[in-house]
Amino acid sequence: MMLHIENLHARIGDNEILRGVNLEVAAGEVHAIMGPNGSGKSTLANVLAGHEAYDTEGLVLFEGEDLLALSPEDRAASGVFLAFQHPVEIPGVGNLYFLRTALNSLRRRRGLDELDVMQFLALAEDRMKSVEMDRSFMNRSVNEGFSGGEKKRNEILQMSILEPKLAILDETDSGLDIDALRIVASGVNELRSPDRAMVVITHHQRLLDYIIPDQVHVMAGGRIVRSGDKDLALELEEYGYSELGQAGMVDSSASVGATP
Amino acid sequence: MTDVSNDVREFANQEYKYGFSTDLDTDLVPKGLSEGTIALISSKKNEPQWLLDWRLQAYRHWTTLEEPLWQNVHYEPIDYQDIIYYAAPKSRAALASLDEVDPEMRAMFDKLGISLAEQERLSGVAVDAIVDSVSVATTFKKKLADVGVIFCSFSEAVQNHPELVRQYLGSVVPYRDNYFATLNSAVFTDGSFCFIPKGVHCPMELSTYFRINAADTGQFERTLIIAEDGADVSYLEGCTAPMRDKNQLHAAVVELVALEGARIKYSTVQNWYPGDAEGRGGIYNFVTKRGKCAGANSKISWTQVETGSAITWKYPGVILQGDNSVGEFYSVALTANHQQADTGTKMIHIGKNTHSTIVSKAISAGHGQNTYRGLVKMLRSAEGARNYTRCDSLLLGSESGAHTFPYIEVKHPSAQVEHEASTSKIGEDQLFYCRQRGISEEDAVSMIVNGFCREVFKELPMEFAVEAQRLLSVSLEGSVG
Repeated sequence: MMLHIENLHARIGDNEILRGVNLEVAAGEVHAIMGPNGSGKSTLANVLAGHEAYDTEGLVLFEGEDLLALSPEDRAASGVFLAFQHPVEIPGVGNLYFLRTALNSLRRRRGLDELDVMQFLALAEDRMKSVEMDRSFMNRSVNEGFSGGEKKRNEILQMSILEPKLAILDETDSGLDIDALRIVASGVNELRSPDRAMVVITHHQRLLDYIIPDQVHVMAGGRIVRSGDKDLALELEEYGYSELGQAGMVDSSASVGATP
Repeated sequence: MTDVSNDVREFANQEYKYGFSTDLDTDLVPKGLSEGTIALISSKKNEPQWLLDWRLQAYRHWTTLEEPLWQNVHYEPIDYQDIIYYAAPKSRAALASLDEVDPEMRAMFDKLGISLAEQERLSGVAVDAIVDSVSVATTFKKKLADVGVIFCSFSEAVQNHPELVRQYLGSVVPYRDNYFATLNSAVFTDGSFCFIPKGVHCPMELSTYFRINAADTGQFERTLIIAEDGADVSYLEGCTAPMRDKNQLHAAVVELVALEGARIKYSTVQNWYPGDAEGRGGIYNFVTKRGKCAGANSKISWTQVETGSAITWKYPGVILQGDNSVGEFYSVALTANHQQADTGTKMIHIGKNTHSTIVSKAISAGHGQNTYRGLVKMLRSAEGARNYTRCDSLLLGSESGAHTFPYIEVKHPSAQVEHEASTSKIGEDQLFYCRQRGISEEDAVSMIVNGFCREVFKELPMEFAVEAQRLLSVSLEGSVG
């Protein structure tokens, strides 16, 4: 199993946001995690990536290694990638420089040779095609002045250049129009491979028309309350999360945490 | 924010790399300041009577002044009688070539990465090296002389070009200007002198390297740069000092004169010893720098990267007297540990259609306090004058501070002044984003800081931009360019 999550809890201060998450993701699989706002989806993504705002308990094994013991950069080096819901801006730092620094940091940690500028540009130009970006994009500062859609495409571009084993996409579809959604989804689909797993977090079923998941999980109150195949997403689309709640599948006493 | 503050602490506590001192045989005058000290300095330098008179005039005026207290920095009162006003490395009888420079001193410059011989051979940058109070070597003199450029120590200029010194000394910063400029006028010991004659484009960058070596000394150097009609020069200034427990005073004066159509670009990378992590020791850098665009269509540009000194207190300014003249000020000031900086610029618009640009980037880490103080003044005669000012502050950690005091005085209705300011923090989210991509926390901080300074770094000459980035602990392939 590539990713094994067992009874994972996470809190900020007294606010417990994850309340015992269990999840298994195998290489080559795409898992969708759905759920209402505040159910803990983004927290799960941040905790897996190593955000230090949370106190955690439980077990997370990534390829048999204790993921929670690693720093964010070491998790990245072992192959975990998070496509951020809100990619940050870094004024004055060129996109090209940022991406090459990131890739070379990962390569160094993995004992590989660094790429020089020319090698990197060749790689980047090839990958930019899949998200329909042109070269001028590389000379701009990281995410500065990018539209919402450009920011999300940049995340997918980074993913395709960094080639992670486990990609976590946190609401990558939010705020995208249908064209941008199509571009992002096709970028993601190109990256599907037998040795790569993806966890796609979304609020809407819409994205799953483009990225067909192997499994769908529903989160509520800091837990995964239901799992199924892709038809579960359609069911949710029809009945909504509140139906789920009424069906007694959601622990209604669970306090709803803010997503940081 | 625990990881951020750890990181910031590390960044802020980087050790000073130039803190060694060199055992040079040094000629000192006794501590203390009096007319006698000044006469002694003047006679050691074999100065003409008019210069001694000028010094004494300044000294007498200084004794009537009170030390200024308006600046946003705090320090114990300075005992001006406890300072050595003249310290010269001995064994210096008019060096004919670099080979004659004291080997100890050569070794010191090698350690600083300023190998004079190397500079001369490879880089095409002419260097004037000043240790404590005197200039020890000026490279490339002959090549410059071929095109009529004079680049020498101030003392040599007094001996060899007294008419030029007399004409321009004090013409931009009069001896009555301010407390520290007046003190400098009385006791200045050496500095650099550059004269670029009419129509000459200086064939290389000129550079002065300042080093305070002896203990308990003050450094009071004076730099004078004159660019005649249509002349063009780029001048670089670098500074370091040994680590000492006591504070040392550095009160320099720099005067620039640009005649019609002349251009002067003055770049500083200041890395004086900033004191230790608890704020003991370090240089008090109280400097008056000013340029005068005396002729029409002239341009003076200041670029400074201030990472050192316990206290930095300076306002490189431009007097825009000639019509259509241009003044620029690009600044990066970093204060870490207990460093304090009160810096900015003064742009005085007198001529018509004069333009000035101010870009200030202040970075505060640790307990560092950073103040931008700027004056933009447009006189009644300054028809069509324009100014653009941008002040950005970046805070690292929660114990640092940033302050901005812009003063604007406009007397002509057609003048335009724009001011933009921002303060931001290196966010946990920015660091997390970088780290998630595999970039270490330390590299991420450097990258973010470097990106913040990019606008200023791109104004620096290549070698200096590299040096500046290195100073901000960034790899050579930084995000500039």
